[in-house]
Amino acid sequence: MPFKLEPRREPNRTMLYASPVIAVALTALAGLLFFAALGYNGTLAIYDILILPVIDATHWIDLGVKAAPLVTIAIGLAIGFRANVWNIGAEGQYVMGAIAGTGVALHAGGTEGAWALPVMCLAGALGGALWAAIPALLRARLKVSEILTSLMLSYVAIQVLYFLVRGPWRDPEGFNFPQTRSFTDVESMPILIDGTRLHLGIPIAVLIAMAVWVVMSRTLVGFELRVSGLAPNAARYAGFREQRTVWLALLVSGGLAGLAGIFEAAGPFGQITPNFPTGYGFTAIVVAFLGRLNPLGILIGGVVLAVSFVGGELAETSVGLPSAAIGLFQATLLFLLLGVDMLVWYRIRRIAPAIAPSAAPAVVRSAS
Amino acid sequence: MTIAFDRRRFLAATAGAASLPLLGRALQAADPLKVGFIYVGPIGDFGWTHAHEMARQKMQSELGDAVKTSYVENVPEGPDAERVLRQLAQGGNKLIFATSFGFMNAAVKAAKQFPKVKFEHATGYKRGPNLATYNARFYHGRAVCGTIAGMMSKSGVGGYLASFPIPEVVMGINTFTLAAQKVNPKFKVRVLWLSTWYDPAKEADGAKALLDQGCDIISQHTDSPAALQACQERGAFGFGQASDMSSVAPKAQLTAIMDNWAPYYTMRAKEAIAGTWKTGNTWWGLKEGLTQMAPYGAMVPDNVRKAADATKNAIIAGTLNPITGPVKDNKGVERLKPGVGITDAELEKMDWYVEGVQS
Repeated sequence: MPFKLEPRREPNRTMLYASPVIAVALTALAGLLFFAALGYNGTLAIYDILILPVIDATHWIDLGVKAAPLVTIAIGLAIGFRANVWNIGAEGQYVMGAIAGTGVALHAGGTEGAWALPVMCLAGALGGALWAAIPALLRARLKVSEILTSLMLSYVAIQVLYFLVRGPWRDPEGFNFPQTRSFTDVESMPILIDGTRLHLGIPIAVLIAMAVWVVMSRTLVGFELRVSGLAPNAARYAGFREQRTVWLALLVSGGLAGLAGIFEAAGPFGQITPNFPTGYGFTAIVVAFLGRLNPLGILIGGVVLAVSFVGGELAETSVGLPSAAIGLFQATLLFLLLGVDMLVWYRIRRIAPAIAPSAAPAVVRSAS
Repeated sequence: MTIAFDRRRFLAATAGAASLPLLGRALQAADPLKVGFIYVGPIGDFGWTHAHEMARQKMQSELGDAVKTSYVENVPEGPDAERVLRQLAQGGNKLIFATSFGFMNAAVKAAKQFPKVKFEHATGYKRGPNLATYNARFYHGRAVCGTIAGMMSKSGVGGYLASFPIPEVVMGINTFTLAAQKVNPKFKVRVLWLSTWYDPAKEADGAKALLDQGCDIISQHTDSPAALQACQERGAFGFGQASDMSSVAPKAQLTAIMDNWAPYYTMRAKEAIAGTWKTGNTWWGLKEGLTQMAPYGAMVPDNVRKAADATKNAIIAGTLNPITGPVKDNKGVERLKPGVGITDAELEKMDWYVEGVQS
């Protein structure tokens, strides 16, 4: 190949901030052409997907509902990713958080009061953290890759959920349908504005983002985590212990994923069903990188993903786009966001083709 | 204030307003009734969602300018469904069909939020003043399939790909088994639970596993034609589900239970336009044409066709209740005394399996 990627010495600061905007613009253009080629009204489709959900206030809450769990999970993951700890199993911790929190509600015996929800949330965070403690223990003690263990434990968590909703936790009044009973009012996330879906988990996600941003950029613990990721040797030299980093990163990311799980179960879902694992834990990995592993960036990344979901549905009803075309559009958006980003950090250099007869002298040498 | 008829501009103009005022938007008499549908799968699933989509198109063509329909496909069962239902209601749809069981709680919540919009939920059991439920008696079709399976199976063991152990699915398994046992009293049914409505890869694997265990005819309560394709590869037979799947597996499909929702959708839209729409529960079967049988495959011999037709006609005439005693469950407990037919109330909460079912 006559081309190669070469890191830029210093990325252009303007371009650093402009790159997401350029990527979105390019996606809009690509989508316009693509939808038009399929025979749909491309302009209207793009308007519905990218612009309508942002300018029309009636959709803001929908964006928040969709983005909140993604953001909450992604922030935790980003802490680990920065410290070189790769928790890929947030989906499992999310599910375990929901299970732990629901367990509190179901076993409180109907005598619960105002304490119900806080205790459920605490149990949710603990459940997620404990589930993440397994890969942490394996990595810290036995040096087993947390990428594999955390990912595989996700599927275990989902099977545990299936078992519970079909067996011991099945709603006795639910006609044998595999679902838990609906949460009561004291067990549900409060709705902040009547008649909407704006639940407490949405502002909490924003607060978590701000808190983690402060911790990561202003405290010693944050510094320790960042150094462990950037320069493991320097971290060791500074006396930061690798095991501590592994534990910290996994417990925090697991705890946040668990918290997102119980927020979602006690919020929008209102119960646990077999459809509860919707892949938020995996989508959050994308959100973490979209937000460049920065908590505040992740807030924006979560909203961008939510826009493409909510807007996609709008375009389905207004323009009649098939959902597969919207999936393609979302993929294009991610591809271009990462692609443009790469061009900000790297430049493409043409390299002169290597001179061909380099083998000849070698032969001569071996003959001599 | 001028009224913009373009929804987009209208919504933009009211940006900042809460969602509720949109409900008050008066539709002029000449405006078509906007009808929305949400689907759990893709419209090209060849099964459940495909059948709903066909019915939507038929309703649209029958009612012409009187209705304007739209749909959202691939909607996950859960909070996403509630959002889509709300969006449809905010978008001016006055009649909304939620076409999967898992949309139930979403439909309940949306119906409370939009009291002037009429919601219809397929296969559920929660109703409200503006939330009706509707379902088809698919188990009618299972009786016809069971008759065919009993006569055509050489091993005497049928395989059954099932989704979730809900009454809907359980009554289908029982009806199929009883009908087959009428022909071959030793007929057994192996049930494999897939925990999904639509997952072609899982469905194909499940069908192969059942065939490996000695089943030679496969029934399914999942939505894709993947199991039938697997049967065709192995030279086994099966039954199509929700739509006629003979185009996909012509050598394997004995017949199919087809859902024909069009008469119901058209009727409800007409009622909504006329202002006579009422909530309630509709459970139609072969007689009303909501459940239909696809043409028999070429491999079905004449005597089998006659027996299957006889079962079908008896159900249509009302002379046959496909689940009639004596019936024992697979733990040996007597469930129905001789000559006693099962009631709708018993069907709707069925959680036991007849003798001969291995699940």
